[in-house]
Amino acid sequence: MQYLDELKSKIKEKLPDLDVVIGWEQGFDPLRATPLFMRTEEDVDKLTWGPLCVHNLATYLTGLKGKKVGVVVKGCDSRSIIELLQEKLINREDITVFGLPCEGVISMKKVARAVGTLDYIEKVDVTTKGITVSAEGKDYDLPLTEVGADKCGRCQYHNALLSDVFIGDTIDDSAEDDYSDVTEFEAKPREERLNYWLAQMDRCLRCYACRNACPLCVCRDHCVAQSRDPHWMSQDDTVQSKWFFQMIHAMHLAGRCTECGECERSCPVGIPILLLRRKMNKQINELFDYKAGTKIDAKPPLMAFKVEEDNINERGW
Amino acid sequence: MSADAATELRIVGFLCNWCSYGGADTAGVGRFQQPTDLRIIRVPCSGRIDPLFVVKSLVNGADGVLVSGCHPRDCHYSEGNFYARRRLEALKSFLPILGIDERRFEYTWVSASEGQKWKTVVEKFTERIHELGPARKINAEMLAEAKAMFATV
Repeated sequence: MQYLDELKSKIKEKLPDLDVVIGWEQGFDPLRATPLFMRTEEDVDKLTWGPLCVHNLATYLTGLKGKKVGVVVKGCDSRSIIELLQEKLINREDITVFGLPCEGVISMKKVARAVGTLDYIEKVDVTTKGITVSAEGKDYDLPLTEVGADKCGRCQYHNALLSDVFIGDTIDDSAEDDYSDVTEFEAKPREERLNYWLAQMDRCLRCYACRNACPLCVCRDHCVAQSRDPHWMSQDDTVQSKWFFQMIHAMHLAGRCTECGECERSCPVGIPILLLRRKMNKQINELFDYKAGTKIDAKPPLMAFKVEEDNINERGW
Repeated sequence: MSADAATELRIVGFLCNWCSYGGADTAGVGRFQQPTDLRIIRVPCSGRIDPLFVVKSLVNGADGVLVSGCHPRDCHYSEGNFYARRRLEALKSFLPILGIDERRFEYTWVSASEGQKWKTVVEKFTERIHELGPARKINAEMLAEAKAMFATV
């Protein structure tokens, strides 16, 4: 919260040159923030900032292409912007990035588990190392280490990697990301892995929230999941087609996913789809030494090639 | 459906028009004996092959998928197979986490004159798939089993 006033004044300063600035405001209850589109100075006063601001606002940028847009970003969100710039999906001169240092955001699912219900949240206090939630007359002290999103526990980019205006002090300590969750899952027997995904995907509603929340899913009305030509996906609600949709999503994000975790957060039935993305990212990093959204002048690895690949041995079988 | 369901498995082959399809043709013209499990789909270039072709085949019941294109540097379109190589390699390393046996998918390079090599590739790959046996079909029974296994999730 400490940078909020400075952030507001900076946005007000830039607002006359911009069509809209995207940030967060309090949602329908004190626990939940919701995206805020600021067009006037009064709008800016509604702005909030803190560990409750979970949305990756870079999602909106491709839809607003051609407009002068300002956007408030955390470290992970800034990676999405870099990736979009790399792929020329947005124009650098059209966007103004308000970067912030972020110490982590809250996972609503974890709060729900700790509190037992999210129906009547009366008050939320943000402290330096966590949040205090008042629900149904009781107070719950929830440290960030307990209710923080998984991605924040392994965050290597607390500070916005790209910003026109950076507010606050940079955070230096970065966690180690050894992809232990991926390797742990992969150590299980194959049959179990297959069964795990079948059981998980069976719950999928095909609501496409994961796709819509993803800042790098940019096909909009041309998504292969819905197009009739090519007709990739049937309308059957078989587990194969649901699972296949997640494979489409993973393949289309290969080397592009910045692990912002929006897909998993937005999933109404809590399917751990980020695991698939992380596996793909791990492999891309091993094969092509590339992390999406970290270098602005790099080329996504699947849009390029080397005549002699360093890490591919295709002659061996 | 296979002509001989008892001994044949269903292997899908995506072959580049310019090299591997020609290579398979050369093998045929040379009258090399080869296993008949492979169903060939001819594509203009290995760069045309979306990794999702492979995934879709595997999810929907293929026992194996073989992709074959021109040798790197020999692409009819100069660089199609370079892109294919990256995609297919990424796909190959992605399969394990899905619980799909990555050995059921392979990609290789065969040129139009390499009839003998084509025969070897088909033989080796078919043999491998036969060792692995038929892939488990995803059906209601399997789903019920999976759900029972993760009933607590």
